[in-house]
Amino acid sequence: MLLYTLRRLIYLVPVAFGVSLLVFALVHLAPGDAISAIVPPDAPQEVVEKIRQYYGFDKPLPVQYFRWLAVTLSGDFGTSIGTGRPVAEEVGSAFGNTIILAISATLLAFSLAVVLGTAAAYAKSRIVDRLVTLVALAGVSVPNFWLAIVLVIVFSVELGWLPPMGLGPENATGWRLDGPHLAHMVLPTIALAMIPLGVVTRTVRSTIKEILGMEFVAALRAKGMNDRRILLHVLKNAAPTCLAVMGLQAGNLIGGSILIETVFAWPGTGFLLNSAIFRRDLPILQGTTLVLSFFFMMLNLTVDIIQTTVDPRIKRG
Amino acid sequence: MFKSFRAAIAGLGLLAASAVPALSQGTLRIGMTAADIPLTTGQPDQGFEGYRFAGYTIYDALVNWDLSSADKLADIKPGLATEWKPVEGDPKKWIFKLRQGVKFHDGTDFNADSVIWNLEKLLNDKSPQFDPKQIAQARGRIPTLVGYKKIDDYTVELETRIPNALFPYDMSYIFFSSPTNWEKQGKDWAKVGLNPVGTGPFKVDRVVPRERMELSRFDGYWDKARVPKLDKMILFPMPEAATRTAALLAGQVDWIEVPAPDAIERLKTGKMVIVTNKYPHNWAYQPSMVEGSPWTDIRVRKAANLAIDRAGIKKLVGDMAIESKGHVYPGHPWFGHPTFDIKYDPEEAKKLLKEAGYGPNKKPKIKIAISTSGSGQMLPLPMNEYVQENLNAVGFDCTFEVMEWNALVSFAFQPVTGDAAKNAGVNAINISRAFPDPYSGFTRLMHGEFVPPKGANWGILKDAKLDAMIDKVHNTYDKAEQTKALAEVHSYIVDQAYWIWIVHDLNPRAMSPKVKGFVQAQSWFQDFTPISMQ
Repeated sequence: MLLYTLRRLIYLVPVAFGVSLLVFALVHLAPGDAISAIVPPDAPQEVVEKIRQYYGFDKPLPVQYFRWLAVTLSGDFGTSIGTGRPVAEEVGSAFGNTIILAISATLLAFSLAVVLGTAAAYAKSRIVDRLVTLVALAGVSVPNFWLAIVLVIVFSVELGWLPPMGLGPENATGWRLDGPHLAHMVLPTIALAMIPLGVVTRTVRSTIKEILGMEFVAALRAKGMNDRRILLHVLKNAAPTCLAVMGLQAGNLIGGSILIETVFAWPGTGFLLNSAIFRRDLPILQGTTLVLSFFFMMLNLTVDIIQTTVDPRIKRG
Repeated sequence: MFKSFRAAIAGLGLLAASAVPALSQGTLRIGMTAADIPLTTGQPDQGFEGYRFAGYTIYDALVNWDLSSADKLADIKPGLATEWKPVEGDPKKWIFKLRQGVKFHDGTDFNADSVIWNLEKLLNDKSPQFDPKQIAQARGRIPTLVGYKKIDDYTVELETRIPNALFPYDMSYIFFSSPTNWEKQGKDWAKVGLNPVGTGPFKVDRVVPRERMELSRFDGYWDKARVPKLDKMILFPMPEAATRTAALLAGQVDWIEVPAPDAIERLKTGKMVIVTNKYPHNWAYQPSMVEGSPWTDIRVRKAANLAIDRAGIKKLVGDMAIESKGHVYPGHPWFGHPTFDIKYDPEEAKKLLKEAGYGPNKKPKIKIAISTSGSGQMLPLPMNEYVQENLNAVGFDCTFEVMEWNALVSFAFQPVTGDAAKNAGVNAINISRAFPDPYSGFTRLMHGEFVPPKGANWGILKDAKLDAMIDKVHNTYDKAEQTKALAEVHSYIVDQAYWIWIVHDLNPRAMSPKVKGFVQAQSWFQDFTPISMQ
């Protein structure tokens, strides 16, 4: 296992290099000009050129790429052209806020999905199965930014129960584990959890249903094993498939929260990306996307390792 | 089970209540449209919203804006300079007398050295305090400033490249930050951004990037009539209109900028106050005036101006606009007496197109570069689609080149003869423009010498008569005569139908009835000092 993990870590190096190239190319291929976002539309050309030189945007793209790679490898990530602050600092604080939201949404979505999916697979009543299927369908079909707005209208505007935006109370800095901060997390967590809830519920339901039809389950029943112990066997068999899906969904929660964070003005990486896109802040865009990509890669590796651990039949490499 | 659910929700309600602590009567919380706190180092980014919240609040210019009235156009007034005048016989040199007794928030004195240090920050790239981010914002605002020198501790001489009677307007966009604070922050503008120090009516207590900026009253402000009544003002970046609306209705903020038109009724139902006023904003099409463009024919330009149902567009944006009658709105001091009456007259539009040689088999082809969103662009997609229907109904063949806002701004860096416009086949552009001062309103957009990259005359309008009229404005130092000259410019450009003018935005903002004393000036900037919270 140690050898396998080390080998996978080494494989990450060329992948990371490819990702960095892709991130840089995509950011620079997008229409618009980084300078246009930091100078007024009618700024004199001499000023535009001076600013372009100052930030090194006058250099050929390959030169810009290797310069960026050099500062990135040193852990610096460069400086935001929008704010002048270090990219590592900006991305670091935003990433922490995103992780908090992603963890809460992951816990909510995955725990609920396992319960609902299992209940639907076991349900003798078609109503339970259909209800769970409906929830799963709603999860994958309803746009989460729309749901976010509806949640805000109902629970913040009409009922006044929960705050509609922000990381926490206005007199606090940063996130803390206390009541007021948790209240701020409720609505974004629900909105963010809906898609993984739908996807994972469907996966759990179909996987368990398939396993329940297998011969070994009939054999266990014939041996007289009680339902609770049979469930444990079923869950263990369903785990690799479900974990793979959960891993992908957890990655999406980190990278795909741009709309939710914008609706709730949650200062995470999604909000940062949104701001960076409007400001054409290329160093922030590159830095954030790269960090999210690395996180996604590490998450996939972790899921693979867990899969191998829970199911020895999976022999990797 | 339902009982437990209700109990859980009630519990969360208590948490929410504790999340919004009782604030003192004097704290105003504002939801901005910006996605981040504007630059606070002196020259704000994020357009004029940045100037509104991180400019005239924290800083002063030598020349400030009089934002005290809702009934007349905001104009310039003495700020950190008490008076200014060109040197007799050498109008390229200006003497600015500085206000004495002004202190920065850090207690240091404002004087001629501070002025020179701040101008070096912008104009001398060899100076240690040179800041490219600030020059990026400011250089376009002071196109003619080339020299500066200290005469004595409270007098400076500024020199322009050409005689420019409008120069005091230019200086209203340049703010002065504390040199001592820059030293204290390790000569690092990024650190100054988190701890800025100016001379303005509000001082900065805290900047939390992407979350909020907390300002509080500066008791030592030099203009005692404008010492803020508020204890504190907190600014939140909220780029999403639905979030701003919800935050206001839920009581998390007291004031929001630019509510979505379809949320106005709901805000009114929630007892929120919608404040609007005219201000120098223009939503129009700037046409190509180069050979081969259909817009070079005045009959085509007039036909387009007469084809548009502006009342319908006004309704579309929830009455948050006024119908254009020219480049500036009627009642504006520069409006003048144009003879071409811009109105909805499709029959006359069809007649003009026929006279110009167009018909069902030969339609004037127009392609307009538009954006999907953007600062001051209002609701660009539905509004442009509405105009497209109007234009096509009278015989135009109107299509769009749709792009994202920043891409459109980059697109306008080149004139219509540039590769970007040529490749897209575009012969008009839709970028909303501000006209707070004559240079922004006319010179940069319509003078023949201000074709990009020098200015924003994107369509390459070349009219020697108009250029002479604009030059006259730049050479008229008497204010009344200058206004008269501007009215002549405006009457002329309307009579020539040089642009296709559609609407002016009404600058809507929504606020809680607790907000008292706010006067919405006819300006992109606003004064927060008379506001109090009930």
